[in-house]
Amino acid sequence: MTELTNLTISEARAKLKGRDITAVELTDAYLSAIDAANGALNAYVTVTPEKAREMAKASDARLADGKGGALEGIPLGVKDLFATRDIHTQACSHILDGFKPKYESTVTQNLWNDGAVMLGKLNMDEFAMGSSNESSYYGPAVNPWKAKGSDEKLVPGGSSGGSAAAVAAHLCAGATATDTGGSIRQPAAFTGTVGIKPTYGRCSRWGIVAYASSLDQAGPIARDVRDAAILLKSMASVDTKDTTSVDLPVPDYEASLGQSVKGMKIGIPKEYRIEGMPEEIEKLWQQGVEWLKDAGAEVVEISLPHTKYALPAYYIVAPAEASSNLARYDGVRYGLRVDGKDIADMYEKSRAAGFGKEVQRRIMIGTYVLSAGYYDAYYLKAQKVRTLIKRDFEEAFHAGVDAILAPITPSSAFAIGDKELAADPVKMYLQDVFTVTLNMAGLPGISVPAGLDHKGLPLGLQIIGKPFEEETLFKTAHVIEQAAGKFTPAKWW
Amino acid sequence: MTLVDTRTPDPKRLIPGATGDWEIIIGMEVHAQVLSQSKLFSGASTEFGKAPNSNVSLVDAAMPGMLPVINEECVKQAVRTGLGLKAQINNRSIFDRKNYFYPDLPQGYQISQFKDPIVGEGKIIISLGPDRQGNFEDIEIGIERLHLEQDAGKSMHDQHPTMSYVDLNRSGVALMEIVSKPDMRSSDEAKAYMTKLRSIVRYLGTCDGNMDEGSMRADVNVSVRRPGEAFGTRCEIKNVNSIRFIGQAIEYEARRQIAILEDGGSIDQETRLFDPGKGETRSMRSKEDAHDYRYFPDPDLLPLEFDDAFVEALKSDLPELPDDKKARFVRELGLSVYDASVLVSEKAIADYFESVAEGRDGKTAANWVINDLLGALNKAGKGIEETPVSPAQLGGIIDLIKDETISGKIAKDLFEIVFNEGGDPAEIVESRGMKQVTDTGAIEKAVDDIIAANPDQVAKVKAKPTLAGWFVGQVMKSTGGKANPQAVQALVKAKLGIEE
Repeated sequence: MTELTNLTISEARAKLKGRDITAVELTDAYLSAIDAANGALNAYVTVTPEKAREMAKASDARLADGKGGALEGIPLGVKDLFATRDIHTQACSHILDGFKPKYESTVTQNLWNDGAVMLGKLNMDEFAMGSSNESSYYGPAVNPWKAKGSDEKLVPGGSSGGSAAAVAAHLCAGATATDTGGSIRQPAAFTGTVGIKPTYGRCSRWGIVAYASSLDQAGPIARDVRDAAILLKSMASVDTKDTTSVDLPVPDYEASLGQSVKGMKIGIPKEYRIEGMPEEIEKLWQQGVEWLKDAGAEVVEISLPHTKYALPAYYIVAPAEASSNLARYDGVRYGLRVDGKDIADMYEKSRAAGFGKEVQRRIMIGTYVLSAGYYDAYYLKAQKVRTLIKRDFEEAFHAGVDAILAPITPSSAFAIGDKELAADPVKMYLQDVFTVTLNMAGLPGISVPAGLDHKGLPLGLQIIGKPFEEETLFKTAHVIEQAAGKFTPAKWW
Repeated sequence: MTLVDTRTPDPKRLIPGATGDWEIIIGMEVHAQVLSQSKLFSGASTEFGKAPNSNVSLVDAAMPGMLPVINEECVKQAVRTGLGLKAQINNRSIFDRKNYFYPDLPQGYQISQFKDPIVGEGKIIISLGPDRQGNFEDIEIGIERLHLEQDAGKSMHDQHPTMSYVDLNRSGVALMEIVSKPDMRSSDEAKAYMTKLRSIVRYLGTCDGNMDEGSMRADVNVSVRRPGEAFGTRCEIKNVNSIRFIGQAIEYEARRQIAILEDGGSIDQETRLFDPGKGETRSMRSKEDAHDYRYFPDPDLLPLEFDDAFVEALKSDLPELPDDKKARFVRELGLSVYDASVLVSEKAIADYFESVAEGRDGKTAANWVINDLLGALNKAGKGIEETPVSPAQLGGIIDLIKDETISGKIAKDLFEIVFNEGGDPAEIVESRGMKQVTDTGAIEKAVDDIIAANPDQVAKVKAKPTLAGWFVGQVMKSTGGKANPQAVQALVKAKLGIEE
């Protein structure tokens, strides 16, 4: 049975269509794998075996009729941020205790419409706030990767840590994730998986618990570039229920794989060479440049001068929106309520008990930067920075650059409970230094594994593209994937 | 917003205090519920009076992951209202979040418009009067802005011994907040402003204007000053829900502030509540307790943008507004300004009048509507919507006078019958024998009878010809009022030998 879980989506798709395997067999294989591994990896916060088998059975019936959608019978995991009808949807927060929505997010509905099978809900940082999955109310998900000769448990990154861990450990064929400041790309890099944050507006946000509405965007984490392309094709759509979603046709992303990058102009932003960046990251980046040159691409140095302001500006805009988005968790209508002597007391007690430290910190930062007297100095200035960051990219693209190659993380995966990071939230925020710029500019970015560091841990590279040119990202990432190979953790769980 | 003084102090509007005259400065923020089938950002119904929490969508209840989608009809209604206020329409406006916690505010923020409203500056002409000379005074009141925002739900504190309940039926219903400039100088002006604003939105069909259902309510800003001096510190009286209360609240508040100032005190900027039972205002919260609403643009909504064609299309479909209608009644129907003002004061009255006046003499129709119909309705304590006499019935009565089937006097009786019992005026006249007698033979006989029976009066009339009126009266009486008065008059004079 175990080899069934080793199949990528494209491989499983062929075998299902050919009736070499059934969706029920495949689903059972994953359910067994989850059973065996979840105690160690804590990737799932809820497993839905009955629902999964029921969906798989229906898929088999359709496949037997020669029918079936693009993902017919493919078992997927869903980040706990996506609303799933009648199923645990808590953004891994205590404050949403017991919440089971009566609605299905547009993105997951798109997947089910294409025949995908739901295995359960995946661990994440509480309300998607974090870079290590340690802020989850359900405890941290664990990275399936370990450093050579070490037994230390590592973080899978965040916020989509459960998604990345589950995909890397073959506890699902692919997973949904979301990216507000790097929450798809950083965990993908930490786990040797592929993650794409599409252009803002490519996927509907309807039914996704909001963190920072102007930055949040859904995307897949998958085992390879092809699987990511297959998943995004299904997830993306315009949606009348989300007026920030964009009405553009969703191309067949898979078709862009194998297309040549010859003559493409790849930009290397000099501002991404930050102080204190490990040499092996720099080397990996250079390796990426060589691979693309070998494939016929032209590589040019570019300047994105406002890059250094992106992170501080992000940590103003995102908390500001979060402080407002999370106001609805007040103990009145759903989730956790801690009674108090009056309504204000009830609010305070419920929110104090229901939100973890990191969420509380960001609500306070956000409330502060929006306050009278501080709005202009913080929020408004951050929005101006945002415009400048956007312009940096526009100018680079205008000058003829087709895509940008950059590192994705300043390091490989770190230990769970890292004292230095726990003591200084800003150090943790620095994890996002290469990723937040895209969210601020609304641009698409893909994280593709490019090698292992000296500890034997995966590292990724990031390709940044023009708005709604995800095809360029897939074909370029595919070139890197072909050159770098794929990376699978040794099983220890 | 910068406050600009647009008025010159007018002695007849000043309030005398113990230490001299004072001038009241009034500005209003009126919340008008948009007439629309569904809410501002959700598909839930706006129907009034439904069971609690039956008009609630996932968006209205602020379920996780829900997103607002703008209702185009509400946007149109706001633009129509802006056009009715002769205001600047902003082709690009922005929705902001106004953040505060309250159980009847499920999102924890109200979606409103802060810096960039859909409608900018406009104006309303209010008409005060008539004064003793019968003159009206037209005053222009500036509109600062109109913006769209969500209504909140309703907390109910009388349903459970220790808990409060929340009804979200109103949550998310579209409101227009219409902000005036501080251009009003008396409670009469404020009442006239509210009356006129209500009339305009009713003409436009953008708000039903029913203040008793909460469809329109006003926050009234009041300050006082010595004539010609700078504006004083203002107090805001929240949620006043009748025109009469607006007047009372202003009168009370102005005198309260004058008393404090004349005692050497100063006014604290604060929010106050009007208590209609006691007829007074009381402090609700001071400036220090004011919320910091942390406004910022709602990232779930793109800027609201439309082109000139969108506005032009709405403009071309706009109904005639009260000011234009009044001018037309005066110009084309020859009505007095007073009569025209009365008729346009409510859209329903104007519609009624125009229906009666269609194909008939305008002045006659106006007299009947104003003196007879509105008089009778007023006496019966009814509004125009509840009139028992339809325009067709009233028109029928007027037609019967015109073709001399009945006399004007009989017509009054006929109106009363129709008002109280209903029925077709022509049939009533027929069945009850109210027709005017025009047969000269019959009238001649009646005249002869009266002359024969009253020799003394005949003697007197020779000396004093005006006594002919007495004979006319007697004849009318003997014929039950049905004789044609002109015919009686002519015959009496002829028989008595009175020169024309």
